[in-house]
Amino acid sequence: MKALVSVKRVVDYNVRVQVKSDGSGVITEGVKHSMNPFDEIAMEEAVRLKEKGKLTEIVAITIGGAKNEETLRSALAFGADRAIHIKEEGDVQPLTAARAFAAALKKEGAQVFFAGKQAIDDDANQTGQMVAALLDIAQATFASKVELDGGKAVVTREVDAGLETLEVDLPAVITTDLRLNEPRYLKLPDIMKAKKKPIETVTFADLGVEKGAALTISKTSAPPKRSKGIMVKTVDELVSALKSKGLV
Amino acid sequence: MSKILVIGEISDGKLNSGTAKVVAAAAQIKGDITVALFGADVSAAAADAAKLDGVTKVLKIESAANANPLAAVYAPQIVELAAGYSHVLFPGTAFGKDTAPRVAARLGVQQVSDIMVAHSPTSFDRPTYAGNAIVTVEAPAAPAIVATVRLASFTAVGSSANAAIESASSSAALPSHTRFVKLEAQKSERPDLQAAARVVSGGRALGSSDAFKIIYSLADKMGAAVGASRAAVDSGYVPNDMQVGQTGKIIAPELYVAAGISGAIQHLAGIKDARTIVAINKDAEAPIFEVADFGLVADLFTAVPELEGKL
Ligand SMILES: Cc1cc2nc3c(=O)[nH]c(=O)nc-3n(C[C@H](O)[C@H](O)[C@H](O)COP(=O)(O)OP(=O)(O)OC[C@H]3O[C@@H](n4cnc5c(N)ncnc54)[C@H](O)[C@@H]3O)c2cc1C
Repeated sequence: MKALVSVKRVVDYNVRVQVKSDGSGVITEGVKHSMNPFDEIAMEEAVRLKEKGKLTEIVAITIGGAKNEETLRSALAFGADRAIHIKEEGDVQPLTAARAFAAALKKEGAQVFFAGKQAIDDDANQTGQMVAALLDIAQATFASKVELDGGKAVVTREVDAGLETLEVDLPAVITTDLRLNEPRYLKLPDIMKAKKKPIETVTFADLGVEKGAALTISKTSAPPKRSKGIMVKTVDELVSALKSKGLV
Repeated sequence: MSKILVIGEISDGKLNSGTAKVVAAAAQIKGDITVALFGADVSAAAADAAKLDGVTKVLKIESAANANPLAAVYAPQIVELAAGYSHVLFPGTAFGKDTAPRVAARLGVQQVSDIMVAHSPTSFDRPTYAGNAIVTVEAPAAPAIVATVRLASFTAVGSSANAAIESASSSAALPSHTRFVKLEAQKSERPDLQAAARVVSGGRALGSSDAFKIIYSLADKMGAAVGASRAAVDSGYVPNDMQVGQTGKIIAPELYVAAGISGAIQHLAGIKDARTIVAINKDAEAPIFEVADFGLVADLFTAVPELEGKL
């Protein structure tokens, strides 16, 4: 059974992003990038399932410019068998990405599509669900536990009230939440091995995908700054400060 | 004029408090507001939704298939219902985030996630990069705008209306590929984290679920809900539904007390709208102090019980 895992190259989660002064976006030049943390969790889960014999092949897929090859190499170092690079410079919004992934999923005949629940750049939390919708297949989002069994998956999901369990028929989309696993640390031999694994390059046109209408981003601005507060020295001072503001 | 369909959320048979905030976002867009409620029996929630100021109609879509909120089952019905509406709005909750993209993709439109402000029927602010960059987006009006609403950005509308309640049925074909197995809900007598006026949160510093008792105890004294950092949840001190942050719950209480939380950007993303932030941390350099209105450098194991005692 084959799994397709989408991986996105994003500004590293430790970077404090800066908004450009002309409001045209955030500064990404010269800033550390890495694989979206949720996608690392998705990769890790696929690899563990393969190690358990539940999957036979893992294909990583990304959309983006030349630098995305790094992200695919990381995915291959995690343990993907091969990778697909959908070459596209510029902004690709979730529905457009989902159309491309859905086309690739069909072409590959993969039974599971793993994606992170959100990318930490646009924070959209849409793509996995959209892939499922376009193919009219099941989705299990925000997964904290995944069991694959024959033609089904049993997935525990992190929802607002607690934990929900769904049973879905395959093929299905599974999006990963933080507590699904702890991604492995990539080791040098795996990184070396990854260099020899194949990456296929395709375009939207190859996949028969139209980009379609998009949202127009007219402006990017920094959030309002919180004014610096005061340091209190004792619990008593804190209590009187809270009392004077009528908070307790 | 805009015709706005608000997809209500039901929790434990009752209208989830987020729905009144989605209606507030709809009111900002301006237009005729209908609330749709899906479930097996939604009469109690419908009665509450009918009272929300600005709502002109409540639609009940009741069936056995709708007993649990499955995105794959609700989406085709919402798509069918959406015909004739200019906007379909969902709460920015796990339910809304799961379901909205499925509807948007079926309608062939890009979704606007986490609306913070509606400047016009087609122009919205939304957060990116854990709330560190706010983008203003313009969405094509046709065929419809599908969006989730960042609940922390809106104040719930009042409850003095009396809208008509109607039943609607759906002829959409429903899939059988998704089956609900169970929900393990955390039962708590404490206020709901997402709606509470006061929240006390603990972080990794607590060190164990047993030690977390001092956080619960302070929260009870204050009538507060309890939250946590990701580190505290990952370490198993508290359940997942208590995580506050970029990828947990985004909250806007009057008072937020963070004890033993460093203030990572991902955590701060969840508390940007808190009116007053109090931080208790033994490290004077902790980034949480950059956003705290009142900071106390202290060992939480003495400061938290002392604070409880002095309130
Ligand atoms: C993709 C992604 C998503 C994330 N999403 C979230 C999210 O939604 N929410 C979230 O919270 N995090 C999230 N994180 C994690 C985040 O980056 C931090 O790792 C996390 O918030 C740290 O939790 P903490 O502050 O409890 O722990 P730490 O950073 O370890 O901080 C512990 C603090 O406790 C203080 N301390 C220790 N002992 C004491 C004592 N006795 N008294 C007082 N103070 C003490 C220390 O000085 C320190 O500041 C995410 C990370 C990633 C990569």
